[in-house]
Amino acid sequence: MLLKQLETDRGGAELLFGSVKEHHVTLPNQSEPWDMKQLLVWIRGNMLKERPELFVQGDTVRPGILVLINDADWELMGELEYELQDKDNVVFISTLHGG
Amino acid sequence: KCVKCKENTTVLIIRAGDAFCRGCFKEYFIHKFRAMLGKNRVIFPGEKVLLAVSGGPASSSMLSQVQEGLSRDAPKKLRFVPGIIYIDEGGASGQSMEERKRAVAQLESVFRATNYHYHIVHLEQVLSLPSSVLEAGSSATGKPPTGSSYKAAVDHLIPTRKNQNQHPDLSVENAQSHLSNLSMQEVQNGVTSPITPEHTQALKRLFASVRTPTAKEDLLHTLRQHLILHTARTQGYTKVMMGDSCSRLAIKLLSNISLGRGASLATDTGFSDPRHGDVVIVRPMRDYSSKEIAYYNRMFDIPSVFIPGLDSKAQDKASIQRLTESFVTKLQTDFPSTVSTIYRTSEKLHTACPPQNTNTQLSAKCLLCVCALDTKLGESHCQCTKMASHHGNGLYSLNKNTQYCVCSFREPETVDLKSLLCYSCRLTIKDMTALDALPQYILSEAERRRSQMREEISEFLLDEEEDEAIPRVNGS
Repeated sequence: MLLKQLETDRGGAELLFGSVKEHHVTLPNQSEPWDMKQLLVWIRGNMLKERPELFVQGDTVRPGILVLINDADWELMGELEYELQDKDNVVFISTLHGG
Repeated sequence: KCVKCKENTTVLIIRAGDAFCRGCFKEYFIHKFRAMLGKNRVIFPGEKVLLAVSGGPASSSMLSQVQEGLSRDAPKKLRFVPGIIYIDEGGASGQSMEERKRAVAQLESVFRATNYHYHIVHLEQVLSLPSSVLEAGSSATGKPPTGSSYKAAVDHLIPTRKNQNQHPDLSVENAQSHLSNLSMQEVQNGVTSPITPEHTQALKRLFASVRTPTAKEDLLHTLRQHLILHTARTQGYTKVMMGDSCSRLAIKLLSNISLGRGASLATDTGFSDPRHGDVVIVRPMRDYSSKEIAYYNRMFDIPSVFIPGLDSKAQDKASIQRLTESFVTKLQTDFPSTVSTIYRTSEKLHTACPPQNTNTQLSAKCLLCVCALDTKLGESHCQCTKMASHHGNGLYSLNKNTQYCVCSFREPETVDLKSLLCYSCRLTIKDMTALDALPQYILSEAERRRSQMREEISEFLLDEEEDEAIPRVNGS
């Protein structure tokens, strides 16, 4: 069971998540470790309340959405290939005008 | 490892591969702000500067940088007197009164923490602006002040040597209190006079009469600028700081070209925007990408309030602005130098004529966006052609020598705005179904300018008795 804290911060990303900024999620167990790609799929299926195309595009986030893993740029951690650890903190910040 | 200090662990990648650690990033961020202000020396010590804060990340970051810059004990401390303005656009974007009050309350707590004078202005107040807000003021008195007497008071407020010689008896404080009495808004430190539901209805009607989201955004931007300008003038601010980031300006540059504003690109996206004359708009955040701003705000807990606007959750293709935004942002992910390339290109744009050109008459400025008209006055004969087609078998003759149309029938009574607008404002107005929904100050200023124009060309107009007369050619 991986405990995760998801934040959709500022810029309006929280609008797509029912205006809730902080989410504590527990990912279901699976044999291989979770990576970001799977996390995004999971978020899209379980947490996005509306307009998934405003958050996820293809298998990555929409351009203009910043992802921070434990307060570090996900580009430094390998972006989609990063393997999630227990109690990781993932933040999505939208830098776009609309949504 | 961090590219600057080479020791600490990196937390952020900026531009195309520069990784910074937390401490170096903070230094870099703060330094950029001061460098931007220092490079373009337009803000003088002691000047009153109005910070336009929308609550979004860029303007909130700007606010914190101003606080940072003013508080330093370093000898090169920033020295100006800041004020804050927030414009509540909830009436136009369809928010309920409770939502708006909540947003305003949140922002007020942020503003109070800064100890700066702040002004909360509702967009509805644009309906009661005086028409003199559309006049480009100037600190050098080229012509006698027209319109209401508050313009004269504004001239007194600006401490140029010329004004002080002309009106030595009026001290700055007297002028300021005089000005506050004339002001349309009762501003103490905080909220302006409450708005009525009728005002909100009128505003909603105005925006409902605009057909396309592109024109809506354009109109909103224009009205917002007018409100900020008016507040700056009545409260004695000579500079306005806008929080446009590099990414935002790159998008603005491209969408302005698509909107037909190519002629005013330099002033729209440059560091300083002198089109209004007495109030100069500066953009100190223009060197920051939105990623840097978002990251800084997150790391150093800069409070910002997200307020959904007209285009939140809109489709990618809803408006020209949205389309350009999605285009640039997508390109940026694959080519990280996109935004900075556009930015560097925009830096090379300069205004052709000096800002305080006293030869530029008032009528040569666009009614709405106050940039120089890029359509010539001689094209008024096109209007007659249009009118002729409207009125069927009307009689008119065109005198090619004088370049003015020589119409033999009167123009329609409704205010025809097109001749007073630049190309892109014309397109915006064209998208409106009800021109009378425009705020009163625009319509009355338009009427005033057109009667001025009529006076100028009246000697060339034929009387109604003459039919197809060949007019005497005046030596032009």
